[in-house]
Amino acid sequence: MKLLSYIKQWKSAARETIARASIAAQFLSLIHITDAYICSTTLVQGPSMLPTLNYSGDVVLIEHLSHRLGKLEPGDIVVVRSPVDPKKIVAKRIVGMEGDRVTYLTEPSYSESSRTVLVPKGHVWIQGDNVYASADSRYFGAVPYGLIQGRAFLRVWPIRDFGFLG
Amino acid sequence: MAAAREVLVSAAKKFFVLGLIGVPITDRFASVVPVRGRSMSPTFNPETNPLFDDRVMVEKLCLRRYNFSRGDVVVFRSPVDHKEKLVKRIIGLPGDWVGTPHTYDVVKVPEGHCWVEGDNEIPSMDSRSFGPIPLGLASGRVVRIVWPPQRMGEVEQKVPEGRLCPS
Repeated sequence: MKLLSYIKQWKSAARETIARASIAAQFLSLIHITDAYICSTTLVQGPSMLPTLNYSGDVVLIEHLSHRLGKLEPGDIVVVRSPVDPKKIVAKRIVGMEGDRVTYLTEPSYSESSRTVLVPKGHVWIQGDNVYASADSRYFGAVPYGLIQGRAFLRVWPIRDFGFLG
Repeated sequence: MAAAREVLVSAAKKFFVLGLIGVPITDRFASVVPVRGRSMSPTFNPETNPLFDDRVMVEKLCLRRYNFSRGDVVVFRSPVDHKEKLVKRIIGLPGDWVGTPHTYDVVKVPEGHCWVEGDNEIPSMDSRSFGPIPLGLASGRVVRIVWPPQRMGEVEQKVPEGRLCPS
């Protein structure tokens, strides 16, 4: 008799544990889905996007929908997995989509010499707003569209610069 | 009627919860995907019948540090079409010199890139046509075949002889 009641007690405790664990797992899953498929925040640092993004670091919102739907266009600021170091993620502006012709200055600090390239199929041409200090497509060429992780659309910090990014 | 509806609703709820929890697991740890086409034969799909395509388990933990080795079979987004995913074998890692047998050329794999090829001799969509690809396009490493049952087993690493001059 004693054993039966013990088993019953254990069963109800186990059921409650599973129910709670399931709620926690659902909550974490929702966070993951929001973060990976809809919207996430990130800290962007460095000189390459001056004057649009500050040198000391801005917190921006990234949306992950438009690159999946193919709605990106030249002028959008995107975060891209760097082709030279897969662990690093960089923020740049799209200058040309596949099939576009892009003209850029080869050595902006020294000369006016420029070069025109055709962006290959399935690639995008990305450049930092600060042409003097940016490692971008001028250095490693056009990047595959598949490396794009999202589009930065809103600056949330510092609070005085709060607003949409153009 | 009411009881049947209750059963249906509770089943739908369970499916929804399972699906919800499944997304982060397939994104972060492992997932199962079918392999299409003959480019990786005989490792995958030695038969031509598309009804019996191999299903493979793809492990994603390697994406945390991008530590791939030569001979790994990886899944990656095609550099020419981001909607398409390809399964190929890594031949060379950054800094390696890879020989291309058809053009008698030697190519240096740039920083952050890798050289991928299908196991089959027939020309496939791989580095022989589009050159080295960024490692960032990789979305997982194939570890084992899970379906059909008679072909279940681990996928071994192998590097073709005499193609490579490691860095």
